[in-house]
Amino acid sequence: MARMTGAQMVLESLQREGVDTMFGYPGGVVLPLYDTLPQFPGMRHILCRHEQGAAHMADGYARASGRMGLCLGTSGPGATNLVTGICTSWMDSTPVFALTGNVTRSLLGKDGFQEADITGITQPITKHNYLVMNAREIPLTIREAAHIATTGRPGPVLVDIPKDVFQETDEFEWPEQVSLRGYKPNVEGHAGMIRRAAELIDQAERPIIISGHGVIWAEASKELLELSEKAQIPVITTFLGIGGFPESHELSYGWLGMHGMFYANMAADKADVVIGIGMRFDDRAMGRFKDFNPTAKIVHIDIDPAEIGKNFPTAVPIVGSAKNVIPRLTELVKQQTRPNWISWIDNQRELHPSLHIRESRRMLPQYVVRSIYEETQGNANIVTGVGQHQMWAGQHYFYNRPRQLITSGGLGTMGFELPAAIGAQVALPDMETWAICGDGSFQMTLQEMSVLVDEQLPVKMAIFNNGYLGMIRQWQELFYDKNYSSSGISQPDFCKLADAYGIKAIRVETKAEVPLAIREARAHKGPILLDFQIDQEENVWPMVPAGASLAETIEAPAHELAR
Amino acid sequence: MSTTTTNGSRPKPHTQHTVVAIVEDKPGVLMRVSSLFRRRGFNIDSLTVGRSEMEGLSRITIVVDGESAPVEQVEKQLYKLIDVVKVSDLSNEDIVARELAIIKVRANNMNRHELLDIANVFRADVIDIATNSIMLQVVGDEDKIDGLIKMCEPYGIRELSRTGRIAMVRGTKTTTVHDPEPEKIARIHASQGRRVEGELPFSSD
Repeated sequence: MARMTGAQMVLESLQREGVDTMFGYPGGVVLPLYDTLPQFPGMRHILCRHEQGAAHMADGYARASGRMGLCLGTSGPGATNLVTGICTSWMDSTPVFALTGNVTRSLLGKDGFQEADITGITQPITKHNYLVMNAREIPLTIREAAHIATTGRPGPVLVDIPKDVFQETDEFEWPEQVSLRGYKPNVEGHAGMIRRAAELIDQAERPIIISGHGVIWAEASKELLELSEKAQIPVITTFLGIGGFPESHELSYGWLGMHGMFYANMAADKADVVIGIGMRFDDRAMGRFKDFNPTAKIVHIDIDPAEIGKNFPTAVPIVGSAKNVIPRLTELVKQQTRPNWISWIDNQRELHPSLHIRESRRMLPQYVVRSIYEETQGNANIVTGVGQHQMWAGQHYFYNRPRQLITSGGLGTMGFELPAAIGAQVALPDMETWAICGDGSFQMTLQEMSVLVDEQLPVKMAIFNNGYLGMIRQWQELFYDKNYSSSGISQPDFCKLADAYGIKAIRVETKAEVPLAIREARAHKGPILLDFQIDQEENVWPMVPAGASLAETIEAPAHELAR
Repeated sequence: MSTTTTNGSRPKPHTQHTVVAIVEDKPGVLMRVSSLFRRRGFNIDSLTVGRSEMEGLSRITIVVDGESAPVEQVEKQLYKLIDVVKVSDLSNEDIVARELAIIKVRANNMNRHELLDIANVFRADVIDIATNSIMLQVVGDEDKIDGLIKMCEPYGIRELSRTGRIAMVRGTKTTTVHDPEPEKIARIHASQGRRVEGELPFSSD
């Protein structure tokens, strides 16, 4: 046992938990930690330009690598700036460890300079959080927090440490094990329920699997493929589940939901057995709950018991990890073919090819995404912001491996793309990483371009520039009588801006330039920004209007297809 | 929490569920539990916390309005909190439920005897007596306490304080936890949990 300062204990404990990268921003109360940082050469610190960026970077890092991401902020505003990022992780269940400093113990609760009750503030948006009042508690707390973040249904945790706890010296005592009486995720799955699910699947005429983010986090893609192939069950994914099942596979029918593929929505609506795996039957995916496929029997496999039965009554609930449950299910189900059902969906896809891009002289955003797909041979990691560009990126790039699409689904956080792409690129330095940016979304966190320069990260930024908050404009066009109130957005000259940061940039003004620009971006060694001047009033189709059911999915109207 | 009418009795129960949660005796636990109910829109009719028979664990008894909260979701969401060790739904159990109330009633030489008679019927104890007031303590279920309050009203209630419900299953069945944690971790947990009152950073618990 060694005597250490609290700051040393923090870094030692984090290293023992396998953390080697932290995204952070210094401030008064975390100075003791920053002062100690040079003693830990194995710990890489990446300096963000706003703590929201640090939280998204840690999130992008986690989503790209499957490892826990770590972000760090000082007390008060440093901590509150992390909140949007923490909530993004919370809604999408990603393992992010947020570390914050707080004012000295004697000042806690006295409203001192830069004090914020960050454990109180983040209580509803973290899986758990801690305020550490003695240096001796640091190792166990960090061990527990990391354990909670990365096991069961992953999620963010926050550890808040007062300044003088960083400075206090005590014995470093590393706990050999973590034991939390109130936290024992059930990963196995109930054998009887798995048997019932298998029976239901065997009897089903029109089964469908809806695969979610949980399949990706459980690393159960291979297992899912085996189940789907053996029992010939078509697979659709949720938006966050994209990549959990290869989209090039013959049993893959895209993803469902508000802007999902028409045939995916129809398949979900006409199935007689719906097998939801690692997903939570969210409103954006399922449409109006009341009218979602009322006759389907639902098999719900999820590691979080509270998700089961939350939105829909479940015929067969299975609490467990997809990794454990799926193979046991595969073992039990009968091998069979379902030619009628599969050809029905195929037929839907032929009649309603949601991903067809029409011929047009305009620079259609769908075409830009498809060009990026083709130029990168479908191998790049795609990170998006939130809005129209996000939906197009989900639709028109095809994803064949888990963790290939990184996007803020649950919270829908604009400004996610650049910092998350930075995190993803840091996690996987050799992976080609594209940030698909909205012109509005990008402006929320563009200051993080400095990090690209500091850290020499070759992220390719593709701005989908239509001069609008596009999704807002689309809703105003469709549901608010074209009253474009505050959705037109001015922007700086993105190319000059990139130039000011020392980043190469290309403005792409015509359709013909698109493939060339993408090729140039790929050939460029460092970061690069492409400013695509896309068609201004293109809409995202298909669409399930808010409050409608999946059966009411609307496709692009004829007058738009003629544009 | 619940709306209370002037006489201290609650609007009559709809469906109520009694849920017992065994929680770590740590700062902030009550805030986590109550915040969860607020966040999910579950209405609490009463909530009572106290030490339990287990070292480092407290027992919370929550009465929830069943209209606002599917009891299964309440249970599952509670269980998701890391500091919640065990949740038991007593709704379908044969239970004994008790509340306690202290009532300060106006009294004088003329009517004190009447009040004592009433207290006697309700098996309430007189715990303080003064020239112009009398303090009664009553233990029982909600109806019994409501009944005594009603009887005291004509005399004038100066002050009323009542606890929430605590409950226990009849017979040998319990809501206790048989899962001791390793000694070393228990020790550190204990040091985290037990702080001198004045040292608590926030008033949330």
